[in-house]
Amino acid sequence: MHDKTIAELSAGLKAGEFSAEELTRSYLERIERLDGQLNSFVTVTAERALEQARVADQRLAADEAGPLTGIPLAQKDIFCTNGVKTTCGSKMLDNFIAPYDAGVIERFQAAGAVMLGKTNMDEFAMGSSNETSYYGAVKNPWDLAAVPGGSSGGSAAVVAARLAPGATGTDTGGSIRQPAALCGITGLKPTYGRVSRYGMIAFASSLDQGGPMARTAEDCALMLSAMAGFDRRDSTSVDREVPDYAAGLNGDIAGLKIGLPKEYFGEGLDPEVAKSIEAAIDEYKKLGAEVVEISLPNTKLAVPTYYVVAPAECSSNLSRFDGVRFGYRCEKPKDLEDLYKRSRGEGFGPEVKRRIMIGTYALSAGYYDAYYLKAQQLRRLIRDDFVQAFEKVDVIMGPTSPTVAFNIGEKADDPVTMYLSDIYTIAVNLAGLPGMSVPAGFVGNRPVGLQVIGNYFDEQRLLNVGHAYQRATDWHTRTPKGFE
Amino acid sequence: MALDKQDVENIAHLARLAIDEDDIPAYAKNLSNILDLVEQMTAVDTSAVAPMAHPLDMAQRLREDEVSETDQRDHFQQIAPSVEAGLYLVPKVIE
Repeated sequence: MHDKTIAELSAGLKAGEFSAEELTRSYLERIERLDGQLNSFVTVTAERALEQARVADQRLAADEAGPLTGIPLAQKDIFCTNGVKTTCGSKMLDNFIAPYDAGVIERFQAAGAVMLGKTNMDEFAMGSSNETSYYGAVKNPWDLAAVPGGSSGGSAAVVAARLAPGATGTDTGGSIRQPAALCGITGLKPTYGRVSRYGMIAFASSLDQGGPMARTAEDCALMLSAMAGFDRRDSTSVDREVPDYAAGLNGDIAGLKIGLPKEYFGEGLDPEVAKSIEAAIDEYKKLGAEVVEISLPNTKLAVPTYYVVAPAECSSNLSRFDGVRFGYRCEKPKDLEDLYKRSRGEGFGPEVKRRIMIGTYALSAGYYDAYYLKAQQLRRLIRDDFVQAFEKVDVIMGPTSPTVAFNIGEKADDPVTMYLSDIYTIAVNLAGLPGMSVPAGFVGNRPVGLQVIGNYFDEQRLLNVGHAYQRATDWHTRTPKGFE
Repeated sequence: MALDKQDVENIAHLARLAIDEDDIPAYAKNLSNILDLVEQMTAVDTSAVAPMAHPLDMAQRLREDEVSETDQRDHFQQIAPSVEAGLYLVPKVIE
């Protein structure tokens, strides 16, 4: 059962080939047996999962099931889950039992999906390798010496290793697309405002967006239809109709205009990764697409701009962790300032502290214009590059990551080198656009991801572009050794 | 942009973060490297560019000023480190 996609499992449940309870038990058994190698779950919610599965079986029997009813999914541990520990990968929230459900969690519950557990992640989603988690690094199922990417590395590893057919991620600077690429799965970061941020622990509020991670574009379509939609509790949620994304997949891309930004194929791109991406683009040409070279001239500014905007917003968002109302509190505080400082100093790991300090510095008196204001001006230039490109092309393609997965420990001591591994994904968040990563080959035994960037609210087209490629290729069907 | 020990201590204080004395040199080095990366922003003249507040140029949604939440104080205080009579307890602030 575990080698089936969500679409196949959904058909199997409806045809009565197996029950939701049997399906859930089979995934729980795999997690129990295999996750010791990967460390991809922080919490497994077995009892709750089986209860939800039994309810799903009743819905299936009563013919009241939707496409996700009875489908076991893993949730990134950034989404608040009522009554279940929600850690965000941090010691700060190691004791935090969320008192409410995130909007996304409510939506999956309403759809009848089963939650298998909460996945490991970089602390507060700050990282590109999953090494900043308080719960230890996650390993890449394709090569246990390699990182799975981050920050949604646990979710990516879970899907690649067939410990769940789908999982949620969040993407602030590439945190869905980069781990999807490094683990050989499909992941979609929707348009800013498409998926509710209510109950999704905030990192950088103007960039954060939740989205689906699964084996195929079709499965991402099924998940996105359930996840997306207006939520009045998120002040930047967009009130706009949600299409039935899976029904909109026809695999026809004849006449599609693909833009290739020359800045995404230059210095810093691993030549072996470039070969896989070029082969994928040739495949699209065979399928009837037209390819044109474009330019996104401000690409180089995306990383510097991001490392002002994201830390500034993070320093503000993370000021709520003060040791007073919830989360970690230090022992024997001698006064209130000591309580704040030691609770935060002991509760946060080094990367989170670095980003809080950069953000605090950038927002401090006298520096605001030079940093935050300047970054917001550059952000407009970066956005305008995309707006102009989409006057000429339907989608933009390039590599998701400049290299395949690097080794655990390889970049852990050098934040700037780590930051540059998100060079192709960050601009999309600054512009608020949707982006997707699709499996497009291997270098050795490590997967390569093709990034597809779309215009605002063009998720349907992105998914169809991914679907067309997956009908013509089989990269997305490969299974890591030891997890067959 | 090179930050020294004093800068790191000031920033850590502003951010209400206790950091170990031994870790200060590493923070100074890493934070300086990050600020060097950020420095690349200055290469572009943005004097004529309006800062971007929202990618879709949307304005903040407003609602009527009416009570829309129910009181869940007891529920939310179950996860607090220290409470008494509905109040959050912290060390004495006023002598």
